[in-house]
This record gives sequence, structure tokens and C-alpha cells, in this order.
Amino acid sequence: MSVNTLSLPKRRLPLWWLALPVFLLLFALSLLIGVAELHLTQLGERDLQILLISRLPRTLALVLAGMSLAVAGLLMQMLARNRFVEPSTTGTVECAMLGLLLVTLLAPAMPVMGKMLIASVFALAGSLVFMALLRAVPLHSTVMVPLIGIMFGGVVGAVIAFIAYRLNLMQSVANWTNGDFSAILRGRYELLWIGAALAVIAYLTADRFTVAGMGRDFATNLGLNYRWVLLFGLAIVSMISAVTVVTTGVIPFLGLVVPNVVSLMMGDHLRRSLPWVAIMGAALVLACDILGRLLRYPYEIPIGTVFGVIGSAFFIYLLLRRSEGRS
Amino acid sequence: MMRALKRLSPAARLAWVGLLTVLAGVAFMTWNVRAGWAFTLPFRGEKLVAIALVGYCIAISTVLFQTLTHNRILTPGIMGFDALYLLLQSVLVFSLGNLFYVQINAQLKWLLDVAVMTGAVCALYYWLFVRQRRDLHLLVLVGLIFGVLFRSFTSLITRMMDPAEFDALQDVMFASFNQIDGSLLGISLLVAAIVSALLWRARYAYDVLNLGDDPAITLGLDQRTLVMRTLVGIAILVSIATALVGPVTFFGLLVANLAYALAGTHQHRYVLPLAGLLATAILIGGQAILEHLLHFGTGLSILIEFGGGLFFILLVIRQGRRS
Amino acid sequence: MIEIRNLSKRYGDSTVIDNVSLDLADAGITAIIGPNGAGKSTLLGMISRLQSIDAGTVHIDGLDITATPSMTLARKLAILRQENQISTRLRVIDLVTFGRYPYCKGRPGPEDLEQVQRALAFLNLDDLAQRFLDTLSGGQRQRAYIAMVLCQDTDYVLLDEPLNNLDMKHAVDIMQLMQRASQAMGKKVIIVLHDINFAACYADDIVALQNGKLAFQGHPEALITADKMKALYDIDMTIERFKGRPIGLYYA
Repeated sequence: MSVNTLSLPKRRLPLWWLALPVFLLLFALSLLIGVAELHLTQLGERDLQILLISRLPRTLALVLAGMSLAVAGLLMQMLARNRFVEPSTTGTVECAMLGLLLVTLLAPAMPVMGKMLIASVFALAGSLVFMALLRAVPLHSTVMVPLIGIMFGGVVGAVIAFIAYRLNLMQSVANWTNGDFSAILRGRYELLWIGAALAVIAYLTADRFTVAGMGRDFATNLGLNYRWVLLFGLAIVSMISAVTVVTTGVIPFLGLVVPNVVSLMMGDHLRRSLPWVAIMGAALVLACDILGRLLRYPYEIPIGTVFGVIGSAFFIYLLLRRSEGRS
Repeated sequence: MMRALKRLSPAARLAWVGLLTVLAGVAFMTWNVRAGWAFTLPFRGEKLVAIALVGYCIAISTVLFQTLTHNRILTPGIMGFDALYLLLQSVLVFSLGNLFYVQINAQLKWLLDVAVMTGAVCALYYWLFVRQRRDLHLLVLVGLIFGVLFRSFTSLITRMMDPAEFDALQDVMFASFNQIDGSLLGISLLVAAIVSALLWRARYAYDVLNLGDDPAITLGLDQRTLVMRTLVGIAILVSIATALVGPVTFFGLLVANLAYALAGTHQHRYVLPLAGLLATAILIGGQAILEHLLHFGTGLSILIEFGGGLFFILLVIRQGRRS
Repeated sequence: MIEIRNLSKRYGDSTVIDNVSLDLADAGITAIIGPNGAGKSTLLGMISRLQSIDAGTVHIDGLDITATPSMTLARKLAILRQENQISTRLRVIDLVTFGRYPYCKGRPGPEDLEQVQRALAFLNLDDLAQRFLDTLSGGQRQRAYIAMVLCQDTDYVLLDEPLNNLDMKHAVDIMQLMQRASQAMGKKVIIVLHDINFAACYADDIVALQNGKLAFQGHPEALITADKMKALYDIDMTIERFKGRPIGLYYA
């Protein structure tokens, strides 16, 4: 048994407050870095144009996507009661993609909002199937949960690949899986505000999710309708996934990395930790996108690729670290 | 029918699966011949040999990998071996440069790939399996994520490359049973034959290893050496399959489990050849049916992923129920 | 007062609770005992609406539990089940504060916080309040859960084998706490116990279940007898007396 009492320092600001200035710094950097030159000292017409049409939308899109994906991961972890899940390890993202693919095929003229809603419905259905699969497997080990989710996602992914391959849509599908913000301009990211709004709703109802995270019996004992909380949370997660798939493409493992780090620092009391999950998610996405812009300047590497490396490496570290602590 | 099957000896079962394989081969060669025999036979023949070799390599490597790790749900494909192969290739292209990569002789280049791959597989998986001794599901998950890591790394490196360098890599990135690299067929066959002969010599030792590491050591087996040697063999077989058609994640899982079910025994001297034959039969037969009956040229690898993924979920659920 | 009428529960072909009717008074400690598989936990789960009812009714102070809003019941009755694996990282004080959720919906006022402090003090958890649950020992965690349940400030407290995995000292501590909660705070405690001697020493009322049916109900004096224990557990027991209570000896 460890002796340290982990008591909160009362006066000094805890370490995680550092995330705030870092986030602001990255936000500013993201506005400044790009191929087109900006002259900040003498802000001309052209500079303003670049800023308003390209840089600011891109930066905002990064922030919104980062926030909402990190929050979606956190909610999924509470609802599945497992540290190792997020929408891309539960089949949610793949189902959103399947929905989007079908709309693209059957009703290509549908406005983007409608496409997003249909993708959300598919994502929700997928999340519910995942939850049903979890019930079908008596869970002896926590790593089984993401394992089943990834396999389920793989099966749906094969269906998508099959359809897309036959109809020459592989290119679009690749764009949905691999987050890329280089093509974001004003007018092409605004849907992401919905994701941010959903994250705010999650914050306002945070206590419900913390209680749901304690399990069905605890939640019912405290008078909560567990089923509704589950459905409500899954709906938020599904819509966030759908919104990002439709606009920028998802960033795999983001929703896994950030909540785990925050949980290690300050625990899982969502009303306290959720804002930090959002800020750190945004900061991490900004940092990775900036890295992608700089690695091979003036070309860009999509953030999905950059984060695929960082995120999966971190996931492996989490997995191996956990079992080391246990044995 | 089932009762009749139950009475068959393992050798007889092996013979039946062999017959099935031959039938599949004949169908593949002779179905829908339009362009005249002189063209069709060598053209399809090369493809037949390549597909058979791929199926064989995947089947043998999976059965042995499952013996080493004492389970039925892990395969080299799930553990990210083929993704690792692709990563190593892109690292080689990136670090040595496109010129070197294109200019050197294809067989030599392939041997270089295989050598690096073998080293990397042995280092990584020796560390993971022998030094760490974790629980099974954790390893599967870690393997899957390693696959993602390798693939992301590969795509990161390819993004860092010149377009010309990228072209050199692109054809190996996706599994396809239609574009098989014929120039590597000869050397692949030779290497596969040598490796198989060496692995075959240990067929009785594998039966002992199946009992578990500790019983194997108690029974006087030099378990460590055997595991290392087998890992080397597996790495080479996976390299052969991946170099020929690209990554196929779930096929091995399907074949190995079917082979155990059909063989009715756990003895490697029956299971290994049966798995090899079965894999060949499925791939060749499947390709023939898809190509000539359904006119889908390229769907086989996707169908395998789909069926294999479903099968995996079923397997995990059943295993979870039992334990 | 909890009134249970003709309660039944089936899983497939097997009947786990078979037409059980009984009344539980609204004061004191009631212990539910019985051999493995008698349906003790299921009965508790059904009384506390965690498990669905196949047939029959449960009324708590006149409220039908299937028709009463869950939030209302959460202020009437609190339950702690046997397996409580919380995988989320929460501090002890956060967990206990969630016991006030049915009243404050997560925005605790000064009265709520006072309740929390009282519950922490009652279970000697003051020093551990800022610790994360996953850094506690099994006994400490069990105390934290019980503090949460007490913090719910309900008339009825239901505990399913709370002494599992506790050593002797902690088991005795918990039982004494429950006695105090029932006597000083006027709570009704219903507790599933494995060890009949804890029931004999602390309970005011014992309910014995066997194969899903009610076998006996009554005071320990009347119930802990050699022939009743033989009928219930199929084991020969010598009954001795200890501090004015019957004690069953069955170790050899």
C-alpha cells in the first residue's frame, strides 16, 4: 500500500493549469504557421484575408475537433466502464462511416447536415451493438472490451471497403478515417461547432456520467435511470463521431490518450476533469497539426498520420504499464 | 455424414483435403478458358503457384505461432507481423534511397528485407512473449495496436518521401491476389522449402511444446532454442507471404482453427500439412469462384477480412464463456 | 415497513425466489441467512429494484417499488451490493458526496457537505478522504462504500454480504457500526450474512431462506437452534451461549 496521501495542495495551482497557457500559445502558433506568409507588423488586406479565410477556420476546426473527440472518448470510457475504449475502438466511427458511405451512394444531393444526422444514427446503432456484444461476453479481462470493439470495427470496415472498392470510393473513405485539416477553409468546418455544443452538454450533465461510470447498481441506487443515461451518452458520442467523420476525418486514439492522462492527474470526477480533457485534447491536436505542417515544410502531413504514431505508441505504453503495476 | 467423418483416421482426412485442393487447383486452371491453352496455362500456373505458396506460408506460420503462444486466437497477422514488414520496407527505401532500392537486384533486395524482418520480429516478440509473460488478451490487443503503429509509421514515412520513392512502395501496401510479383516466385519457393524442411524436423517437439512451456522443459525439451528457431521460421514465412500479396490479417486464424477442427488431432505432423493444404484449397477455390462465377476480380482479400473478423469475435465470445 | 408479497424470480427453468411473503419492521437489524444459492442476494436485489420482479409485489412504507420513481426510492432506501468494482478513479470524498446525489443532483449545499463530513467521521475515513479509491485496501474501500450508502440518509439500508473479504477486526467494526446506525440514527438495516454467528450476535430479526423459499423468520433466540440449523444447512451444530446470545459451533 502506498503511503502518500495524494492530498490536494490547497494554495498552489496544480500542474495541470499549465495546459491553459500552452493551449493559448499553440493556438497563436497555429495562426502564424503556414505556407503563405503573414506580415503581422503591417497587417494588410491580404494578410487579413489569409487569417480569416484559412488560418482561423483551420485553427478553430482543430480546437473544436480536439475538444469534442477527447470528450467523446471520456464519455465512452465511463459508459463502457473501461479505460481502453474510445469511438474508434468500439466500432462507432466505422458505423458512422458506413452510414456516410450509404448516403453518399443513395442520396448524394442531401445537404451535409442530413448526411451528418444519418451518419449519427448509424454510429448510435453501432455503439448499441457494441454494448450488446459486451453483454454477450462475460468479461474476465478489461482488455477484452477494446479487443471486441476493434474486431467489430474491423468487420464493419471490411463491409465499407467492399462497397467502396466496387464503386471506386476508396479515396473518400481514406479521407474519413485519416483526419486532415489542410483543406479546411471558412464555410467548411462550421459543423464542428455542433461537436463542441455536444461537449458542453456533456459537461452540464457530467455528474450523471460519473455515476454511470460506477456501474448500474450504484447508479440505480442513487435514483438514476441507468439506461437513459447510457443511451443519452452514446447519442452524444455517436454524434460527435459523425460530425468529425463528415467534416475533417477522425483522429484515432485521441479520445483514449487524453482522458487517460487527465485521469492519472486528477481522477475521474467528470465535472472537475472534463474541461481539462477538452483543453488538453484541443492542445494536443493543435500541437500534432503544427508538427505535421513543419515536418516536411512546405508540404503537409495529415494529423491523422502524425497522431496515429503518437497515439498508438502511447496506447501500448498504457497497456503495458497497467499490467506491470498489477503483477 | 458427421459420423462417417468422425471415423476417418487423420491420415485419411489429410488425403481428402488433399483431393479437395487438387480439385480446386484444376478448377482454377481450367474454368472459363478463353484465350487458348498456350497462354492460359503458364499465366494461370504462375498465379496458382503464388497463391498456393501464400496460403501455405500463412497457414504454417499461424499454426506454429499458436503453438508457441499456447492459444488459438493469436496469429502473426493479428500481431502486426505483416505491418512490420511494410514498415521495414519503407524505412529501407527512406534511409537507403530510391536509387539503391530500384537498382539492386529484386531477389537480393528481397533477401535483405527478409533478413531485417527476421531480426526485428525476433527482437520484438521475444521481448513481448518470453520476457514479459503477459496475459493473452493483453498481448492480442498490444499486437493489434502495434499493427496500427506500424501502419501509421509507414504512412508517415511515405509522406516524408519523394513521390518517386513512394511509387516504389505503393504496390506492396495493399493485399491483392491479382497482382502477384512473379519475379520473386522462384526464390520464395526455394526459401519456403528449406524453412519447411527445418521446421518439419521439430514436428514431434511441437506436440510437446503444446503442453505448455513448463511441461515441455520438464520433459527435457530445449524450449528456448526451439522457440527462437521457430520464430525465425515464422518471420521468414510471413515475409514471403507479405512480399507476394501484401498484408492479410485474419486468414491464418480461420485456417488454423479449421485445420484443428478437421484434423481431429493435435499432432503437428497431421495439422501442419492439413493447414497448408486447406489454405491453398480455400484461396485457390475462392479466387476461382469469385473470378469466374461472380466476376469479382479483387474482392477475395476483403471477403477474408470480413469472414475472419466475424470468426474472431465468435471465437473470443466462446472462449470467454468457457473460462 | 417493507411488505413483500408472493415474490418470485425465475431464470430460465430454475426458480430462484419462489413465492416469498414477509414483513420487515422499520427498526433494528434484519439478517438474511441461508445456504449458498438460497436466493439471498436476489431477494435483496428485488427489494431494492436493482433486479426485476417476475411476480409479486414489494411495498416500502406503502410505496409500490415498481411504480415509484427511482429518485424517490433513492431517498427511502440505499443498497450496497456484493461486488463493487469501480474502475473510475474517484476520491473517497467524491464517492461519499455522490451519496447526496438524490437530494442535490450533484450540486451539494452546506447541509449536504455536513452530512458527508458526518458519514466520513462515522466510518473513520477523515484521513483517507482525499485518497483515490484505487489506492485503498479492500477493507478501507468497503468502508468508503458504506459511508456513501449512509450518506444517502435513507430510512432503509440494505447490505449484501458486506463482510466478505474483511478480516475479523474489520468485520466486527462494520457490524458494530451498523448496530450504532440502527440504534442511534434510527435506521432499518437489512443485511445478507454468510456467517450465522454474526447474525446471532447482532440481528434483532433473522430471515432464513432455503431453495428460494422462506424457511423461517424470527428472533435469533428462536432460530439459532440445533434442529433448525440442521434443517437449514444440513450440518450438526452445537449451540453455546456467548454474551447472552446463542452461538453455533460447527467447525468439527
